[in-house]
Amino acid sequence: MIIANRLTDGLVVFYKGDGGWTVDIADGLVITDEAEQDGLIEAARADEDRCVVVDPNLIDVALDGGSPRPTAIREAIRAFGPTI
Amino acid sequence: MYRYDEFDHKLVAERVEQFDRQVKRRLNGELTEDQFKPLRLMNGLYLQLHAYMLRVNVPYGTLSSGQMRRFADIARKYDRGFGHFTTRQNIQYNWIKLEDAPQILRDLADVEVTAIQSSGNCVRNITSDQYAGRAKDELVDPRKFCELLRQYSVLHPEFSYLPRKFKIAVTGSPNDRAAVAVHDIGLRMHENDAGEIGFEVLVGGGLGRTPYIGHTIRAWIEPEHILSYVEAILRVYNIHGRRDNIHKARIKIIVNQMGIEKYRELVEAEWQRVKDGPLAVPDEEIERIERYFAPPRYETLEDETDSLAEKRAAHRAFDRWIRINTAEHKVPGYVIVNVPLKVLGKPPGDIDADTMDAVADLADRYTFGEIRINHRQNLAFVDVRQQDLFELWQALDALGLARPVLDSISDMICCPGLDYCALANARSIPIADDISRRFVDVDELADVGELKINISGCMNACGHHHVGHIGILGVDKRGEEFFQLTLGGSSDQHASLGDRLGPGLPQDEVPEAIAAIVGRYKSLRTDGERFLDTYRRVGIEPFKEVVYGGDERKAVA
Repeated sequence: MIIANRLTDGLVVFYKGDGGWTVDIADGLVITDEAEQDGLIEAARADEDRCVVVDPNLIDVALDGGSPRPTAIREAIRAFGPTI
Repeated sequence: MYRYDEFDHKLVAERVEQFDRQVKRRLNGELTEDQFKPLRLMNGLYLQLHAYMLRVNVPYGTLSSGQMRRFADIARKYDRGFGHFTTRQNIQYNWIKLEDAPQILRDLADVEVTAIQSSGNCVRNITSDQYAGRAKDELVDPRKFCELLRQYSVLHPEFSYLPRKFKIAVTGSPNDRAAVAVHDIGLRMHENDAGEIGFEVLVGGGLGRTPYIGHTIRAWIEPEHILSYVEAILRVYNIHGRRDNIHKARIKIIVNQMGIEKYRELVEAEWQRVKDGPLAVPDEEIERIERYFAPPRYETLEDETDSLAEKRAAHRAFDRWIRINTAEHKVPGYVIVNVPLKVLGKPPGDIDADTMDAVADLADRYTFGEIRINHRQNLAFVDVRQQDLFELWQALDALGLARPVLDSISDMICCPGLDYCALANARSIPIADDISRRFVDVDELADVGELKINISGCMNACGHHHVGHIGILGVDKRGEEFFQLTLGGSSDQHASLGDRLGPGLPQDEVPEAIAAIVGRYKSLRTDGERFLDTYRRVGIEPFKEVVYGGDERKAVA
């Protein structure tokens, strides 16, 4: 998936693939085809240039009952909030 | 307290409007993130894991009740209803929107508070003893000099782009509560034999990736020369400090590479050049600032003995609270009351808006409307009449803020860690939570006594782990969190860096490891020996043994 912070409020957002971003990881696009990856991250970076998001990055996710969950603790905390 | 004059007001107002324009330019695309980042950092605004974080200065940890109420308003209006007090006596808001930031700075400016230089490669908030001007053991009230240094260093054009950040701490007590030995510059104030006051100047202390205890660069400097001497240190650093490697850019690296003798030579040469110039501080200026810190109108009181003794005898919890959470005041009949922000189930240093308001009300009712913040993320009321102690204790108890835990295992320093911070490698708040739940019994806490646990979620050491009696450092090992323990650190007048106990432990083993260390200490201590004293006497081996059982099988991190 592609994760970023929204410029205006800093909230964590996920790329939806159609040019939009969502704060809900479940609504984000899970990239399964590596061939699409480069084009999508390029599109996400264009949104950084357009001042929509800051620092878009690819992260690994696992599908947990169909819902994506970042495999790294850091990104999971970004996706779901502080653990305490 | 210091009150802004017309210059302060103008300078802060101009800065807020400047930042407002910078934010607008960022939002409409005229500035890229790379261009904007240093500008927002100069105004205390970070982009963390979940949102923007705003760090607001509390100069030398002194706050009025009105300022605390404004902090509460901001928490409610612009954040999620709470704030977090830090080891630099500042407050941080974790859930700030970029578009709100200029208005927040305006709201703060109304009550003479700023976020200027709370980040960036410049001189940061000047920190000090939370008991400044009040403690019985104090030799010199450091606040006028903290304020002098604040005014000197804010928006100083030459020192706005130092190689790296720069932290100055000042103590006027021989019992160092401001951790001056682990600051870029540490100032210890005292009196000489002739009854004159002056500074011992330490330089090159610090924590982080490469921790050092500061060196005394000059044993004595008169107040009139303090600015010129600090300037000489800063200028030598600005010229010689490294800018090619962020990990080697702090003054401690250059001081320790060059050697303190060589660094001193350079500073002395520079100081000779500037000391009699415009930076020489006239007595009148020191006196002018001192007037802002005139003592409040104390009543003429005697120390309470009988009435307090009766109440203490009747209420064991009150007695313990006095013993543990209060400190001696220099004025008879008054006392300092500490308010640890270590509430079970909440991150250390966190406080919600309603509690901020309640604390402000108590400050107005029981003190002269002043609240202090210390570097252990606690609050203090520094002017409480002893005759009001019982009422204040009850009022604090009703807020859940009367736990008798000052300097105990429960009174941990803890950085925000991976739950909030973009730099962190591991979570620190859950570790603090696990430990506080393991040691919940106040009898046990009192029995163990002074044992300062400091927790950092990465080697940048915002949680001061190197100088914790027990330090805990979170590390990431192949995607998993582990915690390395150090023992024997201290940030007081006998500062020392902790020794590493052994390989990192997984989170669920940390509370038991702490319990094993505490158990070993209890079996080894002699009468009146604190954990740190015992550790210094017996060394690390007995503690290694109880944690690793002679077998460092957990050699995973």
